[in-house]
Amino acid sequence: MTSGVTVKNELPTKIAVNNLQFFYGDQLALRNVNLPLYTNKVTALIGPSGCGKSTFLRVLNRMYDLYPHQRAEGEVLLDGRNILDPQQDLNLLRARVGMVFQKPTPFPMSIYDNIAFGIRLYEKLPKSELDGRVETALRGAGIWDEVQGKLHASGLSLSGGQQQRLCIARTVAIHPEVILFDEPCSALDPISTAKVEELIDELKENYTIAIVTHNMQQAARVSEYAAFMYLGELVEFATTTQLFTLPENPRTQNYITGRFG
Amino acid sequence: MAVYTSRRRSNAIWLSLCYASAAFGLGWLVIILATLLWRGAGGLSLAVFTQMTPPPDQSGGLLNAIAGSLIMTGLGVAIGTPLGVFAGTYMAEYGRHTKLTFVVRFINDILLSAPSIVIGLFVYEVMVTRMGHFSGIAGAVALAVIVVPVVVRTTEDMLLLVPAPLREAASALGLPRSTVIRKVAYRAARAGLITGVLLAVARVSGETAPLLFTALNNQFFSTDLNAPMASLPAIIFQFAMSPYKAWQSLAWSGALIITFAVLALSIFARVLGSKGSSR
Repeated sequence: MTSGVTVKNELPTKIAVNNLQFFYGDQLALRNVNLPLYTNKVTALIGPSGCGKSTFLRVLNRMYDLYPHQRAEGEVLLDGRNILDPQQDLNLLRARVGMVFQKPTPFPMSIYDNIAFGIRLYEKLPKSELDGRVETALRGAGIWDEVQGKLHASGLSLSGGQQQRLCIARTVAIHPEVILFDEPCSALDPISTAKVEELIDELKENYTIAIVTHNMQQAARVSEYAAFMYLGELVEFATTTQLFTLPENPRTQNYITGRFG
Repeated sequence: MAVYTSRRRSNAIWLSLCYASAAFGLGWLVIILATLLWRGAGGLSLAVFTQMTPPPDQSGGLLNAIAGSLIMTGLGVAIGTPLGVFAGTYMAEYGRHTKLTFVVRFINDILLSAPSIVIGLFVYEVMVTRMGHFSGIAGAVALAVIVVPVVVRTTEDMLLLVPAPLREAASALGLPRSTVIRKVAYRAARAGLITGVLLAVARVSGETAPLLFTALNNQFFSTDLNAPMASLPAIIFQFAMSPYKAWQSLAWSGALIITFAVLALSIFARVLGSKGSSR
């Protein structure tokens, strides 16, 4: 079953999703989704509200597991191993598959501790080394210059755009392999958005990235592959250029030309 | 125009009713506080805080009662707070949608409004009759039973106010559930949790009935938890009922001390609470 998938090449695949179904209670939210996330590429998920993009993303780190009555069926292979397996250690999975949310969610602690918090959980480092890791993470998220003088101020004292980059730094700090972005710019102004987009472009050197966005220009700017979802189904998956210029499916065509959604 | 005038009139009537009710309610409070100040402040002196309760018609202080109150309130809160915080954490974090939580919340609400004399009788039955005598520890336990439902309620409410995305963000880093709760949820709800404990302290520091059945009273200074212990509310009750002028005056002073201690604590809790929410 490869319906809708029109990309035919031999890129290394980081995550392969096969026949994924997702349920909120009895309600089917994802129907038979098949989609690859290629290693070190940015894949954008687009589609109208309620089409299942965010739900799809939340399967990849099993975030849905926090809530009762939500379940997934099918196969999600991370480096060939099915993460939907009940034996899967969720904390380990989430350390490998990081997530950045729609609204910035700094923890109620200092900027330094926001980053160090996650690192301390996995590694016992001497203070100097920890300082170095925090700096590297903040530099990696392009926010070091703005916060280096006030590392011990509350993370909540930063602006929205800075908070979002702090959250990206926090995610990067624990060295995941995949980063999921769930509409990371929808609460940000255009300048902060541009910074985050630049950052995503740099991050793909080292990480495999999936991004959910409502903004089609953004999808076109940041991604190499794009998937169009509609009513819980994957309609079309292709290179971003192809999806936006020569979509095969008339529903994709209608959506990207703004005829609905 | 006629409509406009009648609207203005009904608005004025409504407004004055609201003002009058507020003034009526606040008036009593002011009268109580003023009476306390007038009758109690005169008797306040250093001796009140340094001397023991005197025999009838002699001068003395309230030291043993103040100490007893501090010990039993402190111990009661120390016993009740962890229980309440753990139970509230279960209800808000682990068992949010379970039947057990629903049942616990229902029973907790009943306990929250249970007459404190019933709690006194319960501890009398369970501890005092078995030990064979009244004791400070029984008083502390009775107060703890009153503390628990208050803390359970505020802990659950405050944790439920912590936004879900914050918990998700912490889980997304691969943090175990217990770390998410201890390091992120508790921190985010910190001001509210402390306010809950302070409110519980305020609530128990004026309780008399449960102490009369458990710690009883003591004329002498005692820190022995295995022996009867004096407390401000119990002393106030005893002295205010007596025909002796010196005792009555001490009762007023004791009432003043409790009331203003609770008032100070409530103001402190308010300030802390508003600080937390304005962030």
